[in-house]
Amino acid sequence: MPIIGSSLSRLGAVERVTGAQQYAADIRLDNALQVKLVSLQCAHARIRAIETAEAARVPGVRGIFTAEDLPQPVPRFGPVVADRPLLAEGETRFSGEPVAVVVADTHDAAAAAARLVRVDFAELPAVLTVASALDPNAPLVQDPAKRARDPLARTNILQQWQFGWGQVDSAKATLVVENDYAFPMVTHFAIEPHAFLAAPDANGVVVWSPTQHPYVLQRVVASALTLPIARVRVIAPDPGGGFGGKGWPKFEPLMAWLALTLNRPVRLVLTLEETFQAARRASARIHARTGFTGEGRIVFQDLEADFLLGAYADIGARVVSKASYSACGPYRAEHARIVARALLSHTTPSTAFRGFGTPQASWAVESQLNEAAAALGIDPVEIRRRNLPEKGEAFNPHDTPADGEWTTALTKAAAAVHWDSPLAPNRGRGISLGLKSSSTASRSIAIVRLHFDGSASVLCGTSDMGQGARTVLVQIAAQELGIEPDRIAIVMGDTSVVPFDSSTSASRSTVFMGNAVIDACASVKAQVRQIVEATPGASRDMPYADLLAAHFGPPRGEVIGIGEAGNRYEPGHPLGGRAAFWELMCAACEVEVDPETGEVTVHTLALASDVGKALNPHQVEAQDEGAAVMGLGHTLMEQLVLGADGRILNLGSLDYRIPSIKDVPLELHSALIENADGPGPYGSKGAGEGGTLAVAAAIGAAVNHAAGVTIRDLPLTPEKIWMARNANRRLGD
Amino acid sequence: MTIVLTVNGSPRTVECKPHHSLLEVLRERLSLTGTKECCDEGECGACTVLLNGRAVDACLVLAVECEGETVQTIEGLAENGRLDPLQQAFVETGAVQCGFCIPGMIVAARYLLSTNPHPSEDEIKEGLAGNLCRCAGYSRIVSAVSLAAERGQGQRQD
Repeated sequence: MPIIGSSLSRLGAVERVTGAQQYAADIRLDNALQVKLVSLQCAHARIRAIETAEAARVPGVRGIFTAEDLPQPVPRFGPVVADRPLLAEGETRFSGEPVAVVVADTHDAAAAAARLVRVDFAELPAVLTVASALDPNAPLVQDPAKRARDPLARTNILQQWQFGWGQVDSAKATLVVENDYAFPMVTHFAIEPHAFLAAPDANGVVVWSPTQHPYVLQRVVASALTLPIARVRVIAPDPGGGFGGKGWPKFEPLMAWLALTLNRPVRLVLTLEETFQAARRASARIHARTGFTGEGRIVFQDLEADFLLGAYADIGARVVSKASYSACGPYRAEHARIVARALLSHTTPSTAFRGFGTPQASWAVESQLNEAAAALGIDPVEIRRRNLPEKGEAFNPHDTPADGEWTTALTKAAAAVHWDSPLAPNRGRGISLGLKSSSTASRSIAIVRLHFDGSASVLCGTSDMGQGARTVLVQIAAQELGIEPDRIAIVMGDTSVVPFDSSTSASRSTVFMGNAVIDACASVKAQVRQIVEATPGASRDMPYADLLAAHFGPPRGEVIGIGEAGNRYEPGHPLGGRAAFWELMCAACEVEVDPETGEVTVHTLALASDVGKALNPHQVEAQDEGAAVMGLGHTLMEQLVLGADGRILNLGSLDYRIPSIKDVPLELHSALIENADGPGPYGSKGAGEGGTLAVAAAIGAAVNHAAGVTIRDLPLTPEKIWMARNANRRLGD
Repeated sequence: MTIVLTVNGSPRTVECKPHHSLLEVLRERLSLTGTKECCDEGECGACTVLLNGRAVDACLVLAVECEGETVQTIEGLAENGRLDPLQQAFVETGAVQCGFCIPGMIVAARYLLSTNPHPSEDEIKEGLAGNLCRCAGYSRIVSAVSLAAERGQGQRQD
């Protein structure tokens, strides 16, 4: 059986079903102290004083630290700009931002002392919405002095962009559809809350974090503590779900500082409530004007997107620019103008989240197409077909041309929901595409070691957070070296062992780390060929073990291949580089809307994604389906609700609902389109985010079809649907 | 205070405080970290264990309530390194992604099959409605439980 394209069982599955898998919170370090954060539960406050004496008397407390106890000026960190202090200094900028940290012998002692830390503070007016962030009279979230030379420093706009082509203002359209769309603030809710450990070691400091990007974390911790990168070792246990929420540094710089200051290992496990306050998806308000010809061809796209970030930049600006740059989706448009703003607010820092801003944009742009289809009397499948580019066509003039046969996805998903068949009462169908720009400039390095006995080890900096990277990378090495997968080990997540990798994000690992593994295997094979030539009596068909024994003799040895892959940084490109590939997904669905309650039941959800080549089809399908169900979350039920004081009112699992096993579509189909036309190994493209892009607009259209209501602010809760229906009824009466 | 309970077939004596949950005792005192902690309020199911054969959220049970009781955790399912049929089915059907919810999911499924050896798809969903999976591998999880049941391995193994 070929290794590539077979659904090899997930590596690590046995450890995960037996409870043996060690996640970050399962790691025990001898002599470790327990850490508890102290935070204020209001959005914005001036700290007058912090009283720790009573807390310090709790038996077992080893230290209580506030910003005053940190090196001065207080170290700040961030993946792009170092704007976030290790502990809030003078002012808190979001509900849950730590003002102090307690370190104690036991968790009980740390928690008890944390409750006794008294913070004297004055609550200040807060910026919590897009409207207030854009209000020139609103308080400034960040200190303008810390945004020196930034012309936007005296606003709450962190960064703004204009992308596009053509002449939108003079473009002539038969139909112009103009609407506002809202996408909610949602949280990642990985089942594993964040957990961090740190300990001093002979070289400097070791940090354990379930991070998706060990090398980003290493760089950021080193920079925050002014240490050489070589003095920071990051160990990244496989995350228990990432989804972007475990991408960028959070409390690791603080933990590293504590470990070095106390000269002891320290451990911090966040509660789910603290995790909610540590990372979220940016909410967005998008104003869309789309011009069409009478035949439904897009003449122009005129988009204005405001993304509400949190109090610190994190990776938020990149989310906004990347999603906005390709916000027009997979369609041709003669003219396009996209104005985008990344806004600061007194809320939890928003970060990467599966789809990286594109779900927000797709909700608007795809819903516009559905509205235009209805207005023009064109079938929603047909209107998309008319606007999709041919393979190789430069639909986004300054970027990578269309790299797949995208109409195939449309046709397959439509067929799977029997698009043209009659519908039962209260049922409706909807369809949407979603297109995401993949990784732009990035680099992956892999090491492959061919051992003396003919087994091999793959060393790489990818994180396996459930997507199955370990399995796929071993499949690739097995294929390239001709070694059975069970004779290949894979080592990840330790910067003292594995070579550099940019990140585990943007559906990039199969493509880039996969190519790096192929490159490393090619190096191994080239060395093996040299060994064959140099070793008397050796031949190419000898087993590796015999060949290496003949070559190395009793001292033994091994063959090491280093491979590299990436895409180049292009300074002139608005994103620093073109898309390595496009991630395309089509979702089609049939829903039923309960006329009495407004509740939506998803009867069928059909997905079709262009993956180039599925190296492990079960894993790709599982990722597509998981992403789509996650998409159902923000479409139907998920939303962080803020109180007037900026607290998250539905903090925790009781009040913040994510899809359960009973929310899964009654029928869920996933189709993979494989034309081996991607840049990754064997023609693969990245996958795994697509489902989050297309679900919302498909469901929105189906709800409209079933119930006759148009709702443009997610989530489509029963309450909103019921209200909209009854408003219609009253108008009808 | 000291409590004595049976965990995975062995009597264990544990020092704990009255406010400590069974989850805390399993993870922090007995180093049985296979049982996971997530919501700590009985909503996510990651900490599901069997208490006297019944599925409970270990975060909602006080350790002191378990004096003299019998607890089975995910670590107690495989016997002599041989996977429980449910564990085997989860591996085979590809139901495991990040895996963090899986121990709770399997223990909940073990309880379901002990009370209903041949559940319908709806009954499986009802039985696992209290276990959240953010990777949303739910359809494969249903397949895994069905497969274990089909193999006639639904009966309680004691």
